Amino acid sequence: MSNVTQKTSGGSAACYILELQKVCKSFGLVQANKNIDLQIQPGTIHGIIGENGAGKSTLMNILYGLHRADSGSMFIDGAPTRIKSSADALSLGIGMVHQHFMLIPRFTVLENVMLGSEGGALLKLGRASTIAKLKELGQTFDMEVDPDLLVSDLNVGMRQRVEILKALKGGAKILILDEPTGVLTPQEATQLFDILNKLRVNGVTILLITHKLAEIMAITDNVSIMRGGEMVGHRKTSETNPQELAELMVGRKVLLNVEKPEAMPMDVALTVKNLGCFSSRGHKVLDNLSFEVRAGEILGIAGVSGNGQTPLMEILSGMRKPDEGSFEILGKKITPENEVTPNIMRENFIGHIPEDRHKHGLILSFEAYENMILGFHNSNLTGTKKTLDKNYMLEHCDARMEEYDIRPRNSKLLASSFSGGNQQKIVVARELYKNPKLLIVGEPTRGVDVGAIEFIHKQLIALRDRGCAIILVSVELDEIMGLSDRILVMNKGQEVATIRGEDANAQNLGLMMAGISQGAKN
Amino acid sequence: MSVRKPLPRWADLILLPLINLCAAFFVCGVVVWIIGENPWVALMVMIKGAFVYPGSLGYTLYYTTNFIFTGLAVATAFHANLFNIGGEGQAYVGSLGILLATALFAPYLPSIFVILLCIVCSALMGAAWALIPGYLQAKRGSHVVITTIMFNFLASALMVWLLAGPLIQIGQQSPQSDLIPESAHLPSAETFFGWFGLDIVSSPLNLSFILALIALFVFWMLIWKTRLGYEIRAVGKNQDAANYAGINVSRTIIITMTISGAFAGLLAINEVMGVQHRAILNFTAGYGFTGIAVALMGRNHPIGIFFASLLFGALFQGGAELDFEFKSITRDMVLLIQGMIILFSGALAYMFNPALSRILTRVWKGGKQDD
Repeated sequence: MSNVTQKTSGGSAACYILELQKVCKSFGLVQANKNIDLQIQPGTIHGIIGENGAGKSTLMNILYGLHRADSGSMFIDGAPTRIKSSADALSLGIGMVHQHFMLIPRFTVLENVMLGSEGGALLKLGRASTIAKLKELGQTFDMEVDPDLLVSDLNVGMRQRVEILKALKGGAKILILDEPTGVLTPQEATQLFDILNKLRVNGVTILLITHKLAEIMAITDNVSIMRGGEMVGHRKTSETNPQELAELMVGRKVLLNVEKPEAMPMDVALTVKNLGCFSSRGHKVLDNLSFEVRAGEILGIAGVSGNGQTPLMEILSGMRKPDEGSFEILGKKITPENEVTPNIMRENFIGHIPEDRHKHGLILSFEAYENMILGFHNSNLTGTKKTLDKNYMLEHCDARMEEYDIRPRNSKLLASSFSGGNQQKIVVARELYKNPKLLIVGEPTRGVDVGAIEFIHKQLIALRDRGCAIILVSVELDEIMGLSDRILVMNKGQEVATIRGEDANAQNLGLMMAGISQGAKN
Repeated sequence: MSVRKPLPRWADLILLPLINLCAAFFVCGVVVWIIGENPWVALMVMIKGAFVYPGSLGYTLYYTTNFIFTGLAVATAFHANLFNIGGEGQAYVGSLGILLATALFAPYLPSIFVILLCIVCSALMGAAWALIPGYLQAKRGSHVVITTIMFNFLASALMVWLLAGPLIQIGQQSPQSDLIPESAHLPSAETFFGWFGLDIVSSPLNLSFILALIALFVFWMLIWKTRLGYEIRAVGKNQDAANYAGINVSRTIIITMTISGAFAGLLAINEVMGVQHRAILNFTAGYGFTGIAVALMGRNHPIGIFFASLLFGALFQGGAELDFEFKSITRDMVLLIQGMIILFSGALAYMFNPALSRILTRVWKGGKQDD
């Protein structure tokens, strides 16, 4: 792997395993990639960092043959190359691990790894060689997986391993990982980084796409920064720092950690007692959960995604009925027998920023001003007339856009035309407008750019200081630790422990998220 | 995950339907040419037959009236992402509302009230016929496409039984109801213009055309100006978000279906009160199904629906004229032309979308470089 044929092609003298020159790609009028230059040295981990919509995914899709560049050239091992399909990419030794796994849950590990390279009409031959290859790879890279297990029985970290093994089995010498730690606990992420290090030692080149600065600093050798479809900088990781990277990403100075004054908790706003609920298949997804939140404090709820946070938020916002237990919001008691709807909750000054803004928070094919009244369309936000007053709604939306700096300032633009950060600002502006007394926030900064993260965090803290009780659910530990006054850690629908915000660190939270309760209960 | 810029509104609403229409006419023209007629002459005959010959415009607008009602029915449901294929059945049973209202009120009330009550009752019957599929969709998850189709058959069977049995005109062999009392007749266009001293050629066109125009306006108000319309569109675009917003999704689905059925039920006004003055077998004649194409072509917008209805009205009327004028062009040929239009503007409505989008993008880019 290390002998790279050195050719002078397109003026590049150095021995890069992968080189891009002036790659452009546009979709309609949107230029997703503008004159991208990228040089990757063999056997390194190269980070690509940028905000959502910076063009990272487009670039990777070009590399993997899912999109074709409009212009520009690509060299692999110095030789000019055209990649027209993912099959081309695979044959050139480029493998990709997608953010959302491309595995068939009902197939075994072996069947998944074989998929696409069955080796003939009968599976027998391919199976034997795949088992051998899996064993070899497992030993080399210290990532053994039982080939006969069903993928649906594996946890997320193991599934990711299967994806990596699948790429390696296809002969990948360049591995593209798209936001690989988004779904992992901190411990699993550490294990992943160990594997990546071993791969690097064995000569595999890794392209790591992420928006997390800490990961870039922790593991990469070099980093390229993208903004607005362009490469704005290349750095050696050892010669840069998170502040510089963040500024390059955003194009201006940013505060990575928002200042947070001491909390002044007041009356109890929400009391949850022995709350429980079942999934449609009868699994217990919330189990005997009890806690309380006071006005003027932020309770962070930490946990690996899918450990009961979603049903909890749905119950508290009135979208779902609890099956067991009860909760009392601002003096209003809710039990499984009560009629409860999101309307009743809104009327009681409970705001809800849902964790999935595309699924719940917005109607993407509605215009911005129509989204600005979603959930409030029966209130006075639609004007004083009996019918919907479009001008009134537009004015209302214009004012919110000004207040929250939502760009572009066009209330008639479809919600889908805004960037992730601006979409989220629309949701935040809407939910905060009526000054809620209790705010349920899920993943407020998922897929949101660094600049908007700073803004949204500031808004949440300001709201807390105005006396709102906030429940913050997030899988981003930095966010939980940065904002929460107390942190409740959940695992399998149960409370593992509740600790004070200042006592939390990635290690003890990570252990608790895995279900190991060692932090002292307060 | 290719990103395609959506077409601008004017292109989506006007240009694309026009292109679809031209494509349909082109294919029909080829067929006409193959059977040995001159496509251009045929087209001229159609246009004259729909708009120019005496009385032809009246016929065209009479068909248009029917298509507006069924088009609105389909479009209302579309806004909630429901596919109401049951316009046919809903319109059919709508006639029962008129028969009921005339039987109950005609002896006691003046004409204007009888007519208004008939309108209300036909809408209510249509609504009731759509309510059950709506309820089943909302509460039981039975797909509304399947149930509305089944309700078409139910309506058909019910009407055959009623018109051949309990409701049959005494002393008649053919399955049709008694004439409705004269106080429930809608004035024809001829009568209407006669009031103002204008003399026009007789045609089935009647005052229900005005009702159709009012319905278009009501539809526009409902969908874009009311809270209910907002809820309907929210449910149609994103049920999860609608639920998050506190909109009762199943209730909205049921309400949407009843409104949809009410629009379809109004078709009976045109046929029963305006033209036949009785309920006859199969008076819906496929208008309900053509309404689907009308809504698709009209992009679920009242203005679009009006013009699409006018187009299909012209096709029905002009097509019949073709049948008269040419020996080799038969009634089936006319059906083929209608079928082509439905195919291109309904089923293949977005076939030219990518190409058009590409061309427009290129034009804009070129324009920008000129600046």
